[in-house]
Amino acid sequence: MPSDAEIAPAEPARQGRERRAAGRVLHRSSLRVLLRDPMGALGLILVVTFVGMAVFAPWLAPYDPLKLDVMNKFQPPSWAHPAGTDQLGRDLLSRIIYGARTALSIALTSVGLAGIGGLILGMIAGYGPRWLDGILVLIFDSVSSLPMIMLALAVITIIGPGTDTLILVVVTVSIPAYARLIRAQTLGMAQSDFIVAERAMGASGARILIRHLLPNVVGPLVILLSMDVPIVIMLEAGLSYLNLGVRPPTPSWGNILYDGYTSLRSAPHMVLIAGLPLVLSTLGFTFLGEGLRDALDPKLVKGGA
Amino acid sequence: MSEAVLNVEDLALSYPGGVQALRGVSLQVRPGEVLGIAGESGCGKSTLASAMISLLSSGAEITGGAVYLRGENLMALSERDRRRLRGREIAMVFQDPLTAFNPVLRIGEQLVDFQVNAEGSSREKRRRAAAMLSKVGLEPDLALSRFPHELSGGMRQRAAIAAALLMRPAVLIADEPTTALDVTMEAQIIHLLRELQAEVGCAIVIVTHHLGVIAELCDRVAVMYAGEVVEVAPVDDLYHDPLHPYTRALLSCDPSALVEHTGHLPTIGGRLPDLADPPPGCAFAPRCPLASESCATPPPRVRPAPAREVLCHKVAP
Repeated sequence: MPSDAEIAPAEPARQGRERRAAGRVLHRSSLRVLLRDPMGALGLILVVTFVGMAVFAPWLAPYDPLKLDVMNKFQPPSWAHPAGTDQLGRDLLSRIIYGARTALSIALTSVGLAGIGGLILGMIAGYGPRWLDGILVLIFDSVSSLPMIMLALAVITIIGPGTDTLILVVVTVSIPAYARLIRAQTLGMAQSDFIVAERAMGASGARILIRHLLPNVVGPLVILLSMDVPIVIMLEAGLSYLNLGVRPPTPSWGNILYDGYTSLRSAPHMVLIAGLPLVLSTLGFTFLGEGLRDALDPKLVKGGA
Repeated sequence: MSEAVLNVEDLALSYPGGVQALRGVSLQVRPGEVLGIAGESGCGKSTLASAMISLLSSGAEITGGAVYLRGENLMALSERDRRRLRGREIAMVFQDPLTAFNPVLRIGEQLVDFQVNAEGSSREKRRRAAAMLSKVGLEPDLALSRFPHELSGGMRQRAAIAAALLMRPAVLIADEPTTALDVTMEAQIIHLLRELQAEVGCAIVIVTHHLGVIAELCDRVAVMYAGEVVEVAPVDDLYHDPLHPYTRALLSCDPSALVEHTGHLPTIGGRLPDLADPPPGCAFAPRCPLASESCATPPPRVRPAPAREVLCHKVAP
């Protein structure tokens, strides 16, 4: 059937040229899918806003977040202090802006480190020798049986509160969860035909792992990381609220929340002002994670492009 | 058999649980020939194909015999040396073209990537990929920049064949290359394989349960049953004068061979023996209309004609 053979590839060739142009801007069209989804767009805007706040805090903050002004304590929101002042007369808006810096640097550092660690260990467990997989899974299971808050409290008792302690705890507890996700993805992917095809063409183990498995397993991890950022923000705020996290006077949303709680009757605005960024950043990262789930699916990107 | 490019010698292989998937298979592939491997599901066809390229699934264990590729014993080589041979000397096309490519890389990137063991700059490799794509009937500029999911099943199987032939291997193993495709695509792929075989000059081993594909494409056929090659013959001899009772039964089961309208399709009575505990004699005897007491002993390998081999008590040498 030579005639059929000639017709078949020629027919889709027409639309192909347009498609090719679309394929080249894959990353841009991923972003487009993300922005077309209202939740994803809102999430991205919120996340960008908070990251911007954290990065440009010295320029955005109207006052020094540590500067005391006891004469003007417990001021409600006004033109001079858009978010009011706290029990020591410090400007709350400035403290919230600097608090974003504290929250995001802890959350992004710890989630990032845990993500990288989980990715490496998970791929080793999923594609490495069986005995190594057994050992790693045993370790993952033991570590993830510890509740995060209890472990945090125990570690703080031993080495004292602080940013480093917080990051250490989050990384330790999160790595097994990420590693298990990556391991499961890798195990499933390693059985797929295209990996066998790569091996049939003479590709080495390292090459398969990095060039073929890595891009295929990393997508779900990115989504999970984005959704875990708010959990860490909450943990930081929670521990700071208990005075076990970031040490005062460093501005942290948790510290501000605690200060507000102690003077809830005289100055209720403090709790509201400190709670708002917590809620918004949590929503932002969660929405972004949901949006990324769609945007990172190459099939949806194609459909949209 | 020094002329054989791929020589399987008395290969025995078992899977976990003691399943003897291959029980002493000997088979030669000559340079430039098309050899078909036929048989029903579970007879060891695909296991034999993956053993030929030494890509066994985990748990499979070679219990005897060897596979020689151009005189080199694949089973004795290190994994590193086997990698060197794959792609260049022997390559494989898989059953399901939909999953044969990495979904996140463009076809072009993957075809360049497949040439990992070849010399030349990446530009040269890309040119080689483009040339091969046009040989399999795809427009190269277009196919190179596509993601796998942007191609149809037939186009993807063409691309997979292009990938396998990139480094002009001496042997191409095709494991059910048309099973996942519809009938018109199947005809096109068969046509393509025959054209390419003539052009590239590689030997093709095609594993299929579709007897029509074998009749269309192959020079010789090996019929497998229960982990053994029960009959090897040139394709015309096999179709016109099948000697092994199993071959005969298999041919009569082909629905396209039916002449009259029947209420039910012909089948072979009984089922495959348990390969964890195969019978000591002829494995087909329980289903064989000709079986007698002598069939309880291992059947002899009979050569009724120079190019033919049958594993049966009932065939006169």
